[in-house]
Amino acid sequence: MSGRGRFLTRKVAGSVLTLAFVLVFNFFLFRVVPTDPVASMFRGRGVPQEALDNLRTAFGLDQPILTQFVYFVRETVQGNLGISYQTRQPVWEEIVSRIPATAALVGISAILSALIGTFGGIVAAWRRNTWKDHSITSGTMLFYSMPDFWLGMILLVVFAVVLGWFPVGGIVTAGTNATGLPLLLDQLRHMFLPALTLTLAYLGEYALITRSSLLEVMGEDYLTVARAKGLLDRVVRRRHAVPNALLPVVTLIAINFGFVLSGAIAVESVFSWPGLGKATAEAIRGPDLPMLQGLFLVFSAAVIFFNLVADIAYGYLDPRVEDR
Amino acid sequence: MTSVALQRRKATALRVWTQFRLSRQGMVGLGILAVFVLMAVAAPLLADVRELNPVYARSQGNPLWGPPGEFPPLGTDYLRRSVWAQFVWGSRVSLFVGLAATVLTILIGSVIGIVSGFVGGRLDAGLMRITEWFLVIPFLPLAIVLAAVLGRSVWNIIFVIGVTSWPSTARLLRAQVLTVKQRLFVDRARSLGAGGWHIVSRHILPNVSGLILANATLAVPISILTETTLSFLGLGDPGAASWGKTLEEAFSNGAMIINAWWYFVPAGLGILAVVLAFTLIGRTLEEIANPRLSGER
Repeated sequence: MSGRGRFLTRKVAGSVLTLAFVLVFNFFLFRVVPTDPVASMFRGRGVPQEALDNLRTAFGLDQPILTQFVYFVRETVQGNLGISYQTRQPVWEEIVSRIPATAALVGISAILSALIGTFGGIVAAWRRNTWKDHSITSGTMLFYSMPDFWLGMILLVVFAVVLGWFPVGGIVTAGTNATGLPLLLDQLRHMFLPALTLTLAYLGEYALITRSSLLEVMGEDYLTVARAKGLLDRVVRRRHAVPNALLPVVTLIAINFGFVLSGAIAVESVFSWPGLGKATAEAIRGPDLPMLQGLFLVFSAAVIFFNLVADIAYGYLDPRVEDR
Repeated sequence: MTSVALQRRKATALRVWTQFRLSRQGMVGLGILAVFVLMAVAAPLLADVRELNPVYARSQGNPLWGPPGEFPPLGTDYLRRSVWAQFVWGSRVSLFVGLAATVLTILIGSVIGIVSGFVGGRLDAGLMRITEWFLVIPFLPLAIVLAAVLGRSVWNIIFVIGVTSWPSTARLLRAQVLTVKQRLFVDRARSLGAGGWHIVSRHILPNVSGLILANATLAVPISILTETTLSFLGLGDPGAASWGKTLEEAFSNGAMIINAWWYFVPAGLGILAVVLAFTLIGRTLEEIANPRLSGER
């Protein structure tokens, strides 16, 4: 097999293994809970012992643990994640219906934080030790140090409650019958504050990584050569320095996607954004364990997938990685 | 410990402190941290613990949702409790959970990293496989699922943060141990008949302790922010009001809609200040342990 083929196979196999690990974890999670799932279904109600035993047989709880695990994997792979305790609906359907809202919010925030953060990092490194560098570095540090949802609470109070520029929550104006473009604009207006929160909270790492990576590159001889050739400062930056400095940023996109997704859990609750994050917060209140397990599986699968994509992209951008 | 080793260690500590004092960001961080540690220690002198009790607050005739002007210094909440008392006593819980979770994180991470790097072979491969798993799986959802299953208590939160956030420490330490292991003095000790335990405790550990300290300081912010988020999501200890719990109560009782900013601004600023302090201190220690980093600043 060629080097690239081997590299791809190894990366994909690694991701599948990681996902398998998540499944095993999910399976044992219910076994950590000391309570018997059948008994807890009928908490406090007088159900005859015989009926409970029948249910245990029906659920396969009297089977050896390995057989139970095989059942569990088969059902999960087929998309059966159980029934939510709270809504009595299949967990899979509950999750699927909430994916679009989260995908839009997290997608836009992840892209914006990457773009703005990287740009800030380039400016800070290129204008090192000027007021621009200092304000970018300390600004990102400040946003990095506050809880993301608290930033959301402050933005909500200032821009929605006091100034009234944006709605206080939700995804559309209640009772609206708008369609098409007006509906989209309404949704974007609702998305503005949560997206701003997530963008501000997660651009710091991009700025810091880009800055230090660019500073490292700036000492290299080929930049001195480029300058000696008489190239304009901005050409040196755009054509010679930045492309090489951006390699570590590519890996960060995948890692940061996981953080933005996690950050959405609390931020969505603050803005009543009807996505996976708010569903997680609601499932915690129950606690709605089947729902939590399903959400954990979906979050993990998304993050594992993006890590795989980043690994492969990195392999293409920096061919040295594939040889290792 | 022999007196020679003790003296050498004292000299190292003194050198680190001399370098630390020259760093402005390090001293600012240390100053902020000192204020909050003092506040946590002196909590009983700063605010009456009975002010946290709604029954007592009512009997004192405290106003409902009283702004700071009406009930100095920080107003009251939806149960007429003093926000200042919650802020002062909350600092204890937030700092304690943050530090205890960090100790657990560093302990697990150091043991796995050092064993993995020092022993090597199949054990190393296995441990690193597990570490990679934990690194890829999103950390907050994992912590949420674990905390939801284990139940709401301070110790469970500490446990959950510890078992979910050790992997980066383990990987960092393993790399460092691998380089220290190659050094000549380790070979020399081995040829003089030193056992594995002696080499790890006398030669490897002293050489990675600076890294462990810097890493621990940078792990505290993550622990504190995770505790805050878990508490905000309703997984905090009902009996121990951390700053995160204050934010949760403010949010779920509508403080934002009535613009009772005095209820949720102080707790958030407290977290911000403590996290910033540890980040500043940690970065300074990192620069001292690894001088190449400071060249770029």
